[in-house]
Amino acid sequence: MRKTLAKILATTALALSVLGVTAAPSMAQETVKIAYIDPLSGGGASIGEIGLKTFQFLAEELNAKGGILGKKVEIVAFDNKTNPQESLIQAQKAIDQGIRILTQGNGSSVAGALTDFVTKYNERNPGKEVLYFNYAAVDPVLTNEKCSFWHFRWDANSDIKMEALTNYMKTTPAIKNVYLINQDYSFGQSVRTTAKAMLGAKRPDIKIVGDELHPLLKITDFAPYIAKIKASGADTVVTGNWGQDFALLLKASADAGLKVNWYTYYAGGTGGPTAIKQANLNHQVFQVVEGIANLDNKPSQEFEKALRAKYDFSLFYPRAVNQMRMLAAAADKAKSIDPVKVALALEGMEFDVFSGGKGNMRKDDHQFFQPIYIASLGERTAKEPFDEEKTGWGWKLIAKIETAQTMLPTTCKMERPK
Amino acid sequence: MLELIVMSTLNGVLYGMLLFLMASGLTVIFSMLGVLNFAHASFYMLGAFFGFQISRWFGFWPALVIAPLLAGAIGAAVERYGLRRVHKNGHVAELLFTFGLAFAIEEVVQIIWGKSPVDFRIPPVLDFPAFTIFSTNYPAYKMFMLLVSIVIFAALLITLKKTRIGLIVQAALTHPHMVGHLGHNVGRIFMLVFGVGTALAAVAGVIAGPALVTQANMAGLLGPILFVVVVVGGLGSLPGAFVASLLIGLVQTFAVSMNGSLSGAFGPLSPDYAATWLADIWNVTIAQIAPIMPYVLLVLILIFRPMGLLGTRET
Repeated sequence: MRKTLAKILATTALALSVLGVTAAPSMAQETVKIAYIDPLSGGGASIGEIGLKTFQFLAEELNAKGGILGKKVEIVAFDNKTNPQESLIQAQKAIDQGIRILTQGNGSSVAGALTDFVTKYNERNPGKEVLYFNYAAVDPVLTNEKCSFWHFRWDANSDIKMEALTNYMKTTPAIKNVYLINQDYSFGQSVRTTAKAMLGAKRPDIKIVGDELHPLLKITDFAPYIAKIKASGADTVVTGNWGQDFALLLKASADAGLKVNWYTYYAGGTGGPTAIKQANLNHQVFQVVEGIANLDNKPSQEFEKALRAKYDFSLFYPRAVNQMRMLAAAADKAKSIDPVKVALALEGMEFDVFSGGKGNMRKDDHQFFQPIYIASLGERTAKEPFDEEKTGWGWKLIAKIETAQTMLPTTCKMERPK
Repeated sequence: MLELIVMSTLNGVLYGMLLFLMASGLTVIFSMLGVLNFAHASFYMLGAFFGFQISRWFGFWPALVIAPLLAGAIGAAVERYGLRRVHKNGHVAELLFTFGLAFAIEEVVQIIWGKSPVDFRIPPVLDFPAFTIFSTNYPAYKMFMLLVSIVIFAALLITLKKTRIGLIVQAALTHPHMVGHLGHNVGRIFMLVFGVGTALAAVAGVIAGPALVTQANMAGLLGPILFVVVVVGGLGSLPGAFVASLLIGLVQTFAVSMNGSLSGAFGPLSPDYAATWLADIWNVTIAQIAPIMPYVLLVLILIFRPMGLLGTRET
């Protein structure tokens, strides 16, 4: 019995793989498919769904202009439940459907697994290479120790963001006691260590009064953590939390009436602005980003209007805009959508970024560099036309860091295809 | 420090009471039917989603009543038309039935309400700070949650100890055949208990929904802890479930507020070991291991007191 079952399984697997191979070229000719592998269920779903809609919106934008090399662009969604193992299964599924470009952003743990997977897959399947476009996973190792020729990152990595944040914090003498709270996985740990190192170097007088790691996307009530922050006497909290982990953290702090300044990576995510308004933290929550709706830049403001007219959220991923537009530009330059040629065209590419200014995809580590902004959420003036999540509050520009100042060195030793 | 202790106690008791609302039904169902109901946490989730939907239509207060009744009715129907039939095929079949039911309910909820969290808001009447201690606000809604749980606990205790129906239920817990021979309809009692048990879980769902997150994986997040509560408290023991719920609520909340680690107690590792795997264990704080504390408790209880804190039987 067991033997026959195994046999059946083996033959179906074989049949499926044959089907996958033969089906691939015919499908790929009509459309450029991009696999979106991100959480569409569980704790990361709120943010994953917004990412999916953003990419679909961007695909429509490209299609309205004739697509990529005349081919229609299509986003195919795969639910990875923010789980690295599940992501690999989904990635394999996408590849079996003939998809040659994968994109993912939520969770550096997932990104680490995916980049390994893609590198190995490409070694074993020459001629059928797959690209991995990372639009939001910011663990520095992805473009340092673990860098891969097949991986491209459009978001500034965690070290760049922390460098910008701490440069601003350096100029704020009111900061005395800092509390660190982060998600317990590679990214959260990297935020916490760089925060400690950089604050220690730039403002040795600042005291780190707390250093917390909590499970990723599993906490539904942050009240115990807020009580701890309160008891520590912190005046400032630094956090890399994203998605529900940020919204619920702020919600709990609103409930408890905690009044501190927040230095964050992802305060703009779903539920974040609502919780900030609820906590009445007027211009006390800062985030470091590659673009905000209220930048004085006509094209990005037009885009924001169009997006908001279609969906009820604001643009959380300016980096995704750069990614999709650069993909189109690279395909044009290479006159092909072959992954290897696109990758070679992307290397070192100069690009006018979505939020204004110049950016470039560094050849050494495939990290995209662009101007970085620090913004705070609160009451708006005439210069800030957009609010967030219908709170009436909007992002105000606090500081801009030019591309040149964001270029941190890399330890990447890239292995290129021969 | 005192502030932290007071806040942690409040938060811990609240979490504990919420656990108790669910565990009470589970433990009574277990001791009566001899079946660990894997789908119990799913009724908690159903309660939250029903509560969300009904509060959209009629407001929060009707939802607080209607949602548990609905979930309870579904629970009773599950017992009458599902479990009772499966019962003929033995305990394993029953166990598998509830196991499958949990997945089925989760899928149905995902189909109807989607996979991402729904916007279940605290009613505006209760959306204010109840009191301020040590300059920290305590939300009125949390006090309300606490109040509801305590009222239900008291009602449950009185029903079981002081009423005729409670008497029969208690008898049926230990001697179902005898109760049947005395002329009581044991089948109906089972159905009633199952219905009430699931309704209690649904109450917990309705009141926890707005405060925590109402989403399709909420059953999965709480389910395992419920079993810990039931085992630690002693299978079938209501007071045991109460003690265990509070214990786990407090342990988890206090663990979060503690910073101690091995390196804090014994000093940092010598540089020889600093970069090895030992360093990871050495530097882990109690706060970081807070989520696994209940399971550590479970293992310890099973080793040293298999019948649970207040339980009377071995299984």
